[in-house]
Amino acid sequence: MNKGLKSHIIKSLGTGIRGDGRSLEDYREITIEKGVSSTAEGSARVKIGDTEVIVGVKLSIDKPFSDRPDEGIVMVGTELLAMSSPEFESGPPSIWSIEIARVTDRGIRESKSIDVKALCITPGEKVWLVSVDICTLNDDGNILDAASLGALAALQDVRLPKVEDNLVNYKEKTDEKLPLQKLPIGVTVLKVGNEFIVDPTSEEEKMADSRLTITSMEDGHICAMQKGGDTPITAEDVEKMVELSIKKSAELRRLLE
Amino acid sequence: MMVYNKRNDGRAFDETRDIEAKAGVIKRADGSAYFRIGKTAAYAAVYGPRDLFPRFMQNPKRGVLRCNYNMMPFSGMGERVRPGANRRAKEISMVTEKALSPVLDLDSFPNAVVDVYIELPQTDAGSRCAGICAASIALADAGLDMKDMVAAVSAGIVDGSVLIDLDYKEEAHEEGGVADIPVAMIPSTGEISLLQMDGVISKENLKKAIAMVKTACIKINEAQKKALKDKYICDVQNCDGDKK
Amino acid sequence: MGIEVNDKDIVVPGELLATGMDYVPAQGTYRIGEEIRSKKLGLVTVDGRAIKLIPLSGRYLPKRGDTIIGRVEDIAMSGWRLSINSPYSAMLSMKDATSEFIARGADLTRYYELEDYIVAKIINVTSQKLVDVTMKGPGLRKLSAGRIIEVNTNKVPRIIGKQGSMVSMVKTRTNTNIIVGQNGLVWIKGNDPKSELLAIETIRLIEKEAHLPGLTDRIAKHLGGGAAPEVRAEENMAGEDDGLQ
Repeated sequence: MNKGLKSHIIKSLGTGIRGDGRSLEDYREITIEKGVSSTAEGSARVKIGDTEVIVGVKLSIDKPFSDRPDEGIVMVGTELLAMSSPEFESGPPSIWSIEIARVTDRGIRESKSIDVKALCITPGEKVWLVSVDICTLNDDGNILDAASLGALAALQDVRLPKVEDNLVNYKEKTDEKLPLQKLPIGVTVLKVGNEFIVDPTSEEEKMADSRLTITSMEDGHICAMQKGGDTPITAEDVEKMVELSIKKSAELRRLLE
Repeated sequence: MMVYNKRNDGRAFDETRDIEAKAGVIKRADGSAYFRIGKTAAYAAVYGPRDLFPRFMQNPKRGVLRCNYNMMPFSGMGERVRPGANRRAKEISMVTEKALSPVLDLDSFPNAVVDVYIELPQTDAGSRCAGICAASIALADAGLDMKDMVAAVSAGIVDGSVLIDLDYKEEAHEEGGVADIPVAMIPSTGEISLLQMDGVISKENLKKAIAMVKTACIKINEAQKKALKDKYICDVQNCDGDKK
Repeated sequence: MGIEVNDKDIVVPGELLATGMDYVPAQGTYRIGEEIRSKKLGLVTVDGRAIKLIPLSGRYLPKRGDTIIGRVEDIAMSGWRLSINSPYSAMLSMKDATSEFIARGADLTRYYELEDYIVAKIINVTSQKLVDVTMKGPGLRKLSAGRIIEVNTNKVPRIIGKQGSMVSMVKTRTNTNIIVGQNGLVWIKGNDPKSELLAIETIRLIEKEAHLPGLTDRIAKHLGGGAAPEVRAEENMAGEDDGLQ
């Protein structure tokens, strides 16, 4: 990014004001809407400012992994759709989309947010396979956080389909929800110059020296972390970013309750 | 003796499902739209004219229209649809491009490309037609030179009855034979830019079907027009403008 | 027979504007038999017998004489290639870069580097859309630190205003320096972030309401500081293009 533009914006950040008037710790307006896809077993649409993602969950019955015969399987995929930004291209998943999927997946898996043992139908033979697919509709920065919120909201929205003769009947849903026991929220903190900001716009993302995504749970424990960006950060930086992230994740979690 | 003479959802033979159309729904795109007919919904985003890569595809005399149709993994009526290129999507991308290019003035952007992306979050038959309807709104929203818009809807036969806008259940109807005919039409001239058929149909029924399509497309075009105008028409006090 | 729409109506591609031979299709419209129809999404203007459209959207297509803001995206042997918010990029050759003499083989980054933003003027556009620009001329220069935003290129005339009146009002009342490129890039610099923010918000408001009447007064009200200064002649959407503002 142009050095002159960047230093100008960093100067503004020093006075506590961002390009769109927000303070460094403010999120843009967030809306969460559930049940947005009639064909998904669970779905949600999340908007953070102009960034918009849609998440759908599909359920199917599959064989469990041989080393975890009594556990269901959860898979998270992310598609950075070319429609959502002039900078995305069609084709195989980019490294960035893979990163988003893996970070979101780790947050859900490591926190044991879904009780996978409750997803077991017949040990060693049949378990529920939960596929979470995150699709971006419009990218104006901070897709990671929108993806994390969207995945949880979609999982909350799931109603298990009926099973007849060991086959899934997608046309009929039961009232049963997924055994969701925790809400791990991902918050990405960017370091720009010497300032820390949350919820970057796509313009701000281009200026970041480094970023740290921290996924944390209700009790303040951290269940996933991911550092990105070319510049290394200090241990003090990490402490500050973690502090900020846990504070913001509590606010975001309230939107899901 | 017609067995299917009352539709599952009570519609008349020439009645389309409920339609919802909005323009300007994807801010970063040059033009965009959302189009829903019944439970089939499509987003369309247009980027362009813009630089075309790979360079060997550039044409110094005229621009290129490139369409990309895709179903989101959770948009199928049954199991999850694995993401990635598949033959059906490629075919639909190609016929979508053929359906839309007749109205565009490709000479106005030589060496460049207009990319149209169509994504469906949910489907219930008629998806390629919904995609074309959304794409047409998005192209107009993007300010491209177009002699007209394009409307599309499927017609069909279910067990002897000629119908408009089949849903999934009707397409899958088991007794008496089904024909599914997606059609795209240019409303001002009545010209057809997409015509496909699956099934068996008589000449007379085909004629009836196309006549029904013409009426339905005029109605769909009204919804497309309204979506575009609603984006801009507002009174001074609460101008929503581009915010949709 | 006759006109089917009202002046300042918003019309979509293919919409029927007039029937019969009394009217003449102009910019953005076309004749097909007895009918005149719209060729794009726009605002109808009836000018005597001519029916034309003011486009509401569409990417910037380079025109000779336009003053634009470009970003250096490549440095070649004999000049710089600029991205100009258009499907077509522009070339700034050594001979047009500055009033100094640049020797062959000189290090071009001394003058303009990658990612630099510059205000340039388009001197030529070929039929294949190859664009040449110059930096020689009043007001053409490299831009220093500030904010750069992208606006709808079709709204630029309204943002500039008749003889620059609109953008002048914004500059004065927000105490900022603003340069509006015909290609939809706008550079803003103020003494503090708050005034820049106000200038940007105001420009976005003009962009959103460009097609509505009474805009100047509303913007004057939004900025505070009294009624808008007098402008001779009637306001219209096309405004007047003074180029550099």
